[in-house]
Amino acid sequence: MNLLAVERIKLFSTRSPWWCALITLALTIGFAAIIAGATPSDSQLTLPATQFGGSQFGIAVVMVLAALAVTTEYRFNTIRTTFQAVPHRSPALIAKAVVVALVALVIGEIAAFGALGLGMLMRPDDNLGLHTAQDWMNVAGLGPVFAISAVLAVALGILIRHSAGAIALLLIYYLAVEELVQLIPKIGAHIHEWMPFNVANKFLRGSAVVDGPAPSDSPLSPGWALAYFAGIAIVFLLVALGVAKKRDA
Amino acid sequence: MIEATGLTKRYGKTLAVNNLSFSVAAGQVTGFLGPNGAGKSTTMRMILGLDNPTGGQVTIGGKKYHQLKEPLRTVGALLDAKWVHPNRSARAHLQWMAKSNRIPVSRVDEVLGTVGLTNVAGKRAGGFSLGMSQRLGIAAALLGDPEVLLFDEPVNGLDPEGILWIRKFMHRLAEEGRTVFVSSHLLSEMALTASNLVVIGRGQLISQSSTEDFVSRAAENTVKVRSPQLAELREVLQRASAGVAEEGNALVVSGMDSDKIGEIAASNRIVLHELSPQTGSLEQAFMQITGDSVEYHTGLDAEAQHVLESAK
Amino acid sequence: MIEANALTKRYGATTAVTELTFTARSGRVTGFLGPNGAGKSTTMRLILGLDSPDAGTALVDGVPYRQLEDPLRTVGAMLDATWRHPGRSGRDHLRWLAATNGLPDKRVDEVLALVGLTSAAGRRAGQYSLGMLQRLGIACTLLGDPRVLLFDEPVNGLDPEGMAWIRQLLHTLAAEGRTVFVSSHLLPEMAQTAQDLVVIGRGRLIYQGTMDDFVAQTSEHGVRVRTPHTDELRAALTGQAEFTEDGGAFVVSGLDSDRIGQLAFDAGATLHELSPITGSLEQAYLDLTRDAVEFAMPAASPSEATR
Repeated sequence: MNLLAVERIKLFSTRSPWWCALITLALTIGFAAIIAGATPSDSQLTLPATQFGGSQFGIAVVMVLAALAVTTEYRFNTIRTTFQAVPHRSPALIAKAVVVALVALVIGEIAAFGALGLGMLMRPDDNLGLHTAQDWMNVAGLGPVFAISAVLAVALGILIRHSAGAIALLLIYYLAVEELVQLIPKIGAHIHEWMPFNVANKFLRGSAVVDGPAPSDSPLSPGWALAYFAGIAIVFLLVALGVAKKRDA
Repeated sequence: MIEATGLTKRYGKTLAVNNLSFSVAAGQVTGFLGPNGAGKSTTMRMILGLDNPTGGQVTIGGKKYHQLKEPLRTVGALLDAKWVHPNRSARAHLQWMAKSNRIPVSRVDEVLGTVGLTNVAGKRAGGFSLGMSQRLGIAAALLGDPEVLLFDEPVNGLDPEGILWIRKFMHRLAEEGRTVFVSSHLLSEMALTASNLVVIGRGQLISQSSTEDFVSRAAENTVKVRSPQLAELREVLQRASAGVAEEGNALVVSGMDSDKIGEIAASNRIVLHELSPQTGSLEQAFMQITGDSVEYHTGLDAEAQHVLESAK
Repeated sequence: MIEANALTKRYGATTAVTELTFTARSGRVTGFLGPNGAGKSTTMRLILGLDSPDAGTALVDGVPYRQLEDPLRTVGAMLDATWRHPGRSGRDHLRWLAATNGLPDKRVDEVLALVGLTSAAGRRAGQYSLGMLQRLGIACTLLGDPRVLLFDEPVNGLDPEGMAWIRQLLHTLAAEGRTVFVSSHLLPEMAQTAQDLVVIGRGRLIYQGTMDDFVAQTSEHGVRVRTPHTDELRAALTGQAEFTEDGGAFVVSGLDSDRIGQLAFDAGATLHELSPITGSLEQAYLDLTRDAVEFAMPAASPSEATR
């Protein structure tokens, strides 16, 4: 618990997490507002439509926040002070991952419900209630997905250590690689089914066809999709911890 | 107390530290000297468990660093004053460190007071001058009221008042029975601060001894003598088989202590105007002893001198 | 020669430098001392025309810096050795700098040799150690073979060999008739390097003169005397000078060692030691600047609150 407090102090005593959190909220909720405003009055604003901003752009910003939480420690050499204060590196780094994940979770929930709430305010007549389990997952699920993405970014940050490199890799992967994989002949579509963010989308939006981006083609059930996504993040984190333990600080 | 035995560290092909053994006693300030690239920082990092030794080990009070339960309570270290997040306040920096080792938060304000940073505790560390960063680093080292303190170039960026403060401060820490291990390039400062020296070069131990022994081992002790009867004095001293060299209006006598010179002068009825034993400087001794192990040799050699001349 | 005449500089409400007047002579190494925040860097920046004074003038060989045609040929200055693009090699850095003042590339290789960087000249400056950067910075100052040289903390980060090297270099440059103006916090180093001193505090001049005169003002001076014939010496000194005794040693003040030697001789006291105690630059400096320190350090007591 002590180490969690340490990481909490560290995270919130600098400005970048606040900025990233604000940007995530602005993107998610702002995007919902734009969609709500742009939906013609004779058609319905759907619940998934309010959530696009969060699931598409919010994740990217949250991952930037998470990666920065680690890489700035390397950049400013506070990682050495950290390891000096806590020579057992794994607990220190796990604490960081946990704190960052919790923050991401909170940001995700605020963003998702904020977006939904704004949609309801702007389109009071549309059917935006949380009726099914899938509806709930679509909104409340954003927090867990943010949290797991954050863990993935922390792991990558530990491995790469440089802010620019880690962020570039994360964003390129997130925005391009998963889509481009589908272009590989024969096996491409098959691989894509198992790409982590595609699987995460399955958890969030199921396979119902709604307007917006194509639904996930993952064969997993939403529950297993979340477990799979989390598993990948944990594997990455374990690899990162192993490397950090061996490496000279 | 710090004990290194057979400590070795290899980075790729470079042997940064090679079979280094030394011990640092409690209750004294021990200076850690060596030319650039001698392996001082690597050694410091290994003491703190930041780098893993390739061979050998280093212990603090018999334990390896990672075996210490709340290490900041045993070892305080200032390796680089700039190892602080620039957007974090001085107080927040100390708070997370205190938290990590269950040190009461009230101690944060105490150490800020000790180093005189109370007024700027809430300011971003990134806006600090080098001298203020240095003091923040010292505050961090003191946080856990540790028995062992490590400082790497602690007076860097401090003004003369700050330098004097650090010197007195180190003496005080040692008097309280703590182990104080300080690396520095400022030999004149070290001569005043450290009572013991660990000197390394090319990653190997060159000498471990008291500062006094180190200086006297290298530099020859001479005595400066002035007298209105200089020629006479010179003759009697030479007859007593002392080495005598003339320097301005004085003699520099080697191979004889000042007591003996005084006796000879008195028995020959020679008036003395000065009779000062000259001790060598730490710098001279250091240059002489580490001469072979300097990574980057230049000096105003003949060629460079020529260039300077021809540029006119 | 560098002349500051009633130099004044304000930044908003703070006055960094107030009516500062001093001269740094050619052929001498002039040390520039003062506590942190005393205005040393500001003064250097004013001399180099980087900042404009609110009042007064700073002249380099009689001309304001900004009116110099090819300034590098008149003034070489090193304010911060880390002001280098990390991706550019040492040689390339010197080449572009040389080009700004129409200096030939040949001179680049000369100064590289002078500072001992020839073998590392092709490497990216980002890979240089602080000591090497410092040497590169010095190479930059020497590029135009200037008559006036300014250095701000030139030995920062250097190892003892590097420090001795700089000391020798500065002496050589001054001996060639150049004006060498050096700021530093390392007083024992300055004591060995500078012949003249300019000391400022809170932006005002505190002292200008020679090093020897400055040190002579210090509170710690006297002569240390040891003798087996303590009674004879005590009798001889009584009434002649003030002295304190510590074991077998006397510390005498108010008489020079020549006189004490004569007194001891007349009294038949054999001398074992007769050493004038020379004050340190540090002591003299601390005596003088006591009131001019911006951020006072508290008393050196690390753990009074815990034990």
